[in-house]
Amino acid sequence: MNNNKNFFKAQERLAKIKAFLLVTPLLLFVLVFFVTPILLILVKAVYNPKVNSLIPQTVVVIKQYDYKNVFPKEEVIKVFLTELQVLAKNRSSGILAEELNRQVSGFGSTIKKTARKIKKEDINAITNYKEYLLSITKKWNNPNFWIAIQRSYSSFTFSNVLAAVDLKYDMEGNIVQKEESQRIYFPILVKTLYMAFLITFFTIILAYPTAYFLSTLPKSKANLLMIFVLLPFWTSLLVRIVSWITLLQEYGVVNELLLYLNIIEQPLDIVFNQFATVITMTHILLPFMVLPLYASMRAMDITYVKASASLGANPFLTFIKIYFPLTLSGLSAGAVLVFIISIGYYITPALIGGVDGQMISNLVEFHMRTSNNWELASAIGGILLFITLALYAIYNRLVGVNNMKLG
Amino acid sequence: MKRIILSMSLVAATLAAESLTVISWGGDYGKAQMKHAITPFMAKTGTKVLFDDYKGGTAEIKAQVDSKNVKWDVVDIEYIDLEKACSENMLERLDTSFLPKGQDGTSANKDFYPAALASECAIGNIYWSTVYAYSKAHIGANKPSSIQDFFDIKKFPGKRAMRKRAQINLEWALIADGVAKSKVYEVLETEAGQKRAFKKLDTIKKNIIWFDSWSQAPQLLNDGSAIMAQSANGRMTEFEIVWDAQAFDLDGWAIVKGSKNLKLAKEFIAFATSTKALAGMQDVNYGPTRASSSALIPKEKRNKLPSAHLDEGFKVNGIFWSDYATELNEKYNSWLLK
Repeated sequence: MNNNKNFFKAQERLAKIKAFLLVTPLLLFVLVFFVTPILLILVKAVYNPKVNSLIPQTVVVIKQYDYKNVFPKEEVIKVFLTELQVLAKNRSSGILAEELNRQVSGFGSTIKKTARKIKKEDINAITNYKEYLLSITKKWNNPNFWIAIQRSYSSFTFSNVLAAVDLKYDMEGNIVQKEESQRIYFPILVKTLYMAFLITFFTIILAYPTAYFLSTLPKSKANLLMIFVLLPFWTSLLVRIVSWITLLQEYGVVNELLLYLNIIEQPLDIVFNQFATVITMTHILLPFMVLPLYASMRAMDITYVKASASLGANPFLTFIKIYFPLTLSGLSAGAVLVFIISIGYYITPALIGGVDGQMISNLVEFHMRTSNNWELASAIGGILLFITLALYAIYNRLVGVNNMKLG
Repeated sequence: MKRIILSMSLVAATLAAESLTVISWGGDYGKAQMKHAITPFMAKTGTKVLFDDYKGGTAEIKAQVDSKNVKWDVVDIEYIDLEKACSENMLERLDTSFLPKGQDGTSANKDFYPAALASECAIGNIYWSTVYAYSKAHIGANKPSSIQDFFDIKKFPGKRAMRKRAQINLEWALIADGVAKSKVYEVLETEAGQKRAFKKLDTIKKNIIWFDSWSQAPQLLNDGSAIMAQSANGRMTEFEIVWDAQAFDLDGWAIVKGSKNLKLAKEFIAFATSTKALAGMQDVNYGPTRASSSALIPKEKRNKLPSAHLDEGFKVNGIFWSDYATELNEKYNSWLLK
């Protein structure tokens, strides 16, 4: 008896191991290609050892620096100039300049100018280092420069994460808002959420009646018509975006038609802006809304609706009380899907968004590819990830993930 | 088996050794280079040249050098970007010993104009300039003639096309605002000067179409999307060029740091900066950087080269942009997104 029990237990364990082995490839794949890169990016957002590896001695000797004196002690400046000279000679002062300019705007040119001068100088022959710096440029008269160097002692910094939401450390080390002219990331983050909301809203408006209509048809017809919903889904993204450009451009189909009908006198500015981004993304993401809605409408037991009607409820009340709640699982699944895809969308705003249609992912791309500021790009990415998780948590609280129906 | 592998790797090695990646700007300029430098070089040496375009700037070069994954060998770089790329160790150092003599026998060091050999990272290959141009078909009765006109949306309503970067645009804004051409960089160094430039750009911000690549400019003029467009003078040959405030500069051939084809790359540069190849760039109205090439250019053509309009423009300051490219482009991007 006991033997039998053990035998079954062993069998069960074996089955579990087999099942686990079957999912191992996927698990490993997710770990290596999904979890690890995300973790690396999150680390990059707060870990930046570049400055203290370029000027290792300076960051140590400048520890006692007090910004009220503006300049650090002479011997500290000497150490700094010596290290800068080495960097200038092997042509890596530019990296230092770029890094420090990210901490304090205007520091980059000061470093590069100084590096060019110091390259050929005999440092021991300089009598007054402070005066020497000031003779190169008066911009050295800025305690923020020295604070930036002082803070680089630690490789861990939250300054990039702060910068991603337009905050910074002040001279005392408190977190404050950046100057008005430098606040760009937070407004764009808000704009991204706003546009994602608009896109979700429009897809609901368009998808709900469509899905309803499809769900009332016999299956064979519905499947045929469903192809029209899916056709754009199967068409290349680029083709769809370019066709929208053709439609919306200055002398495109829409403008020509409106001009011909005398509705407008001047062609409308409807391409390369926020409007174009929203309209194109609504089109692109529409299937993500139609499919779960259609599935929930198909799965619905229509006798509830009939019962409601036969008990005397008018169509409107039936819709509000019975029909709509029964489609909520599909609707919320579609809405979450569209919203989350929207806030991370890149290619459409890049191609059709012009300047004011740019979303937060375009800034990530900019810092990855153009300004080579991977730390800031990682920080923005981390914040985006955080927002997505937060939204998901809220959704889970309100609707419950188990109720989500994707079709 | 061993022999197969060995011979395969040999084939691979020869294939790799005989192909060179040269990056330039495409368009008519690319065609001229193809005709006068790339094709004859391939014919002469049997090398396969991969000739591709880029949009300028130093970011792509830096990414390759930093990641030690250098795919480009030779780059046609604007001198406005050169000093930055050179001082930040993105380019190989070049001496002048490998350059061929001029057609008339003059040594390279004497034949090249001094500015073309001034950098240790590139050999100058053209004199060109950033100008703006308009199309007769779309401009209307009033014709623009100065940089002030470019910034005057009352006199010339309509869109202006500009390259999406701080360089040249800030200089133009200051000159249009009344700064003397010789003082531009002095003013742009100051905080107040930078504010002044952005304020001037603000006045036309809503009327600007931004483009990424020079090749888009003629297209925008052609279809009437823009009434005036900034571009390299060589791309505007079919339009009316306004020479006022032309930004006079050089391009040069440079080798990306860590290129696997260093020797071949130098061979190419030597070939592409020979008297005949350089003179060929007159096809697109770019001036040569050798005296012996200038001698080959017919008189009637000289008027169309940027060098004939030096008084009207200013010389681009590469050292300034080496120092300020990072921070001014950062400010420029913030301004753009506001």
